Amino acid sequence: MLVNNGLVYLIALPLFGAAVLLLAGRRADRWGHLLATAFSGMSFVLGAVQFYQMLGRSPENRSVSQKLFNWISVGSFNVDAGLLVDQLSICFVLLITGVGTLIHIYSIAYMDHDKDRRRFFAYLNFFIAAMLLLVMGDSYLNLYVGWEGVGLASYLLIGFWNQKPAYATASKKAFIANRVGDMGLSFAIMIAFATMGTVSFSGVKEAAEGTSQGALTAIGIMLLLAATGKSAQFPLQAWLGDAMAGPTPVSALIHAATMVTAGVYLITRSNFIFDAAPTAQLLVVIIGAITLLFGAIIGTAKDDIKKALAASTMSQIGYMVLATGLGPVGYAFAIMHLLTHGFFKAGMFLGAGSVMHGTGDEVNMRKFGGIRHFMPVTFATFGLGYLAILGVPPFAGFYSKDKIIETAFYSGGIKGIIIGSVALFGAALTAFYMSRLMILTFAGTPRYDINHPPHESSFLMLLPMGILAIGSVTSGFLLARGDALVHWLSPLFEAHEGHGEEILPPVVISLMALGVVILGAAFAWFKYGRNPVSDTAPTEVSVFTRIARRDLLQDDFNESVFMRPGQALTRLLVKTDEVVVDGTVRGVASATLESGAALRSTQTGFVRSYAALIVIGAIALIAAIWAVTL
Amino acid sequence: MNPTNYLYVSALLFTIGAIGVVMRRNAIVVFMCIELMLNAANLSFVTFARINGNLDGQVVAFFTMVVAACEVVVGLAIIVTIYRSRRSASVDDASLLKR
Repeated sequence: MLVNNGLVYLIALPLFGAAVLLLAGRRADRWGHLLATAFSGMSFVLGAVQFYQMLGRSPENRSVSQKLFNWISVGSFNVDAGLLVDQLSICFVLLITGVGTLIHIYSIAYMDHDKDRRRFFAYLNFFIAAMLLLVMGDSYLNLYVGWEGVGLASYLLIGFWNQKPAYATASKKAFIANRVGDMGLSFAIMIAFATMGTVSFSGVKEAAEGTSQGALTAIGIMLLLAATGKSAQFPLQAWLGDAMAGPTPVSALIHAATMVTAGVYLITRSNFIFDAAPTAQLLVVIIGAITLLFGAIIGTAKDDIKKALAASTMSQIGYMVLATGLGPVGYAFAIMHLLTHGFFKAGMFLGAGSVMHGTGDEVNMRKFGGIRHFMPVTFATFGLGYLAILGVPPFAGFYSKDKIIETAFYSGGIKGIIIGSVALFGAALTAFYMSRLMILTFAGTPRYDINHPPHESSFLMLLPMGILAIGSVTSGFLLARGDALVHWLSPLFEAHEGHGEEILPPVVISLMALGVVILGAAFAWFKYGRNPVSDTAPTEVSVFTRIARRDLLQDDFNESVFMRPGQALTRLLVKTDEVVVDGTVRGVASATLESGAALRSTQTGFVRSYAALIVIGAIALIAAIWAVTL
Repeated sequence: MNPTNYLYVSALLFTIGAIGVVMRRNAIVVFMCIELMLNAANLSFVTFARINGNLDGQVVAFFTMVVAACEVVVGLAIIVTIYRSRRSASVDDASLLKR
């Protein structure tokens, strides 16, 4: 494998930027954001150079590695802190640094009025570094460091405006939900170490063949748990909606394009485990299918533009997880959807941020309406993202999502038909909620104070939106042309023999997908476009709508099953501590006090009584000696 | 004469002294009772020296006398001081140690 000692600079540059911004304090207020953007951009350039060099080599020689230092060395257990950039990592490196740099640029303008802009950029740079470490680590342990790093960055950025208690709570919620997933990852690492004696990707890949089915399934399920936490998949999905408390660029970068896709990366990276553990793989498909519908249903009921997009993110990642569960044939399509999704969803989030910026931080879509007249560029870029997520040809989503639906149908037997239908239904729901979002926001009549119309955002914000919109249009075609991405990634995965049984020709499936998309969009138009929309949410609604508005009771479930019993347990433990532990300590103290009080009565102060006691003691002593010697 | 009889006398003197220390209130009398107990012990030492036929007990008796002399000096001084400040030589009046 090729060695390149320059890989570390990809991570070191943004990390250095974060350190400078945090340590320099207020002195860096004037230029900190520019420095951070420059470091992120340099990382992108380094990544692009790596990619270019990789293109020039033959497929089996494309991986590049770098050993940083010997990290842990205990007996026969050795872990090096090492970096690995292969065909899979480089996709992520380019996505993270590329979209990351664009969002840095956007944030310069978006956070212009915030007095803590420097701190914001420090966190952004820290996030870039941690996320790069996550995708460039060459072992599960190195990945884990990055995994925790992005969790920390996410926590800090969701709670960036933590002067509002609700936002601080949202960041804690995200952190705790992620902790549960992190526990899964640490368990997976421990099981891998216990059964295989190694935690590096290459080592585990080699050892996987000779490892028992049970151990592999256990590792697979634990990795899946980790993925559900980080990628907001069922059953750990509840944090993503609240995570929208963070500034919008954060939602675009961390909670749409990059961090939440880490779970997909983890499963794809661990393909050798999942391919050898069919039970875990089936579970991946089921989780993906459930989340796909779960997110889409929540998306139909949300009036908050960011929360609707968050639900959509959850649903789209459900598609990716579903694809990764389909085995070797699905990994490349999962990554393709991940990349296209990174473009169009980040673009739409930035669009939503632009709308909020123009309307004085309003997020309720029922207070929008007709904004396309005032913000034409935002409308255009958002619209391109909208067409991409719907899967309208030739936009990006068409190539990636259709492939996933197709692969789902072809995965064989009754399972294929069920998950194919779920994916198809999800596409219809996607079309419905995204059209609803578009219509409520950009079409119709204004539902705000017409004397204060929204204004178009500045050039610095429109530029990243424009670039991402171009990506939304072209990325799918570029990645799918001649199966470019599939061939690019193929050396990493087990060879597979074409598709499964083709129960329907691909064209029919594409047409079906297009058909349900048109149906969904038409239904949204029928419901919201034809009639004037009220600026308050209707209260006389069916029980289903009410449940969907409450996020399908996800919080109610978590609170009643985990939070309240947890609090009861805490109270019980506090009580136990008070009664048993404190009781013991206080008991010793009071026993000492009381015995002292009892003995004190013998201290009369009369010399004669002391003398009498001495005499009695002496007599008792002599009597005792006598009794013993006789 | 049987030396054991001296030991009986010594025990008797010691008992009288001990009872005097516990029963009497006047500090001077208590003090004299203590002296009585010391001398009872001296008598025992001397008797044992005689019984065993060596000088060990006699030597200890001299030590005891020296200690007793010192004790008299210090003890009488304390008693006189207490009497001066409290106008009483009763040991029960000087019960301030309790507090």
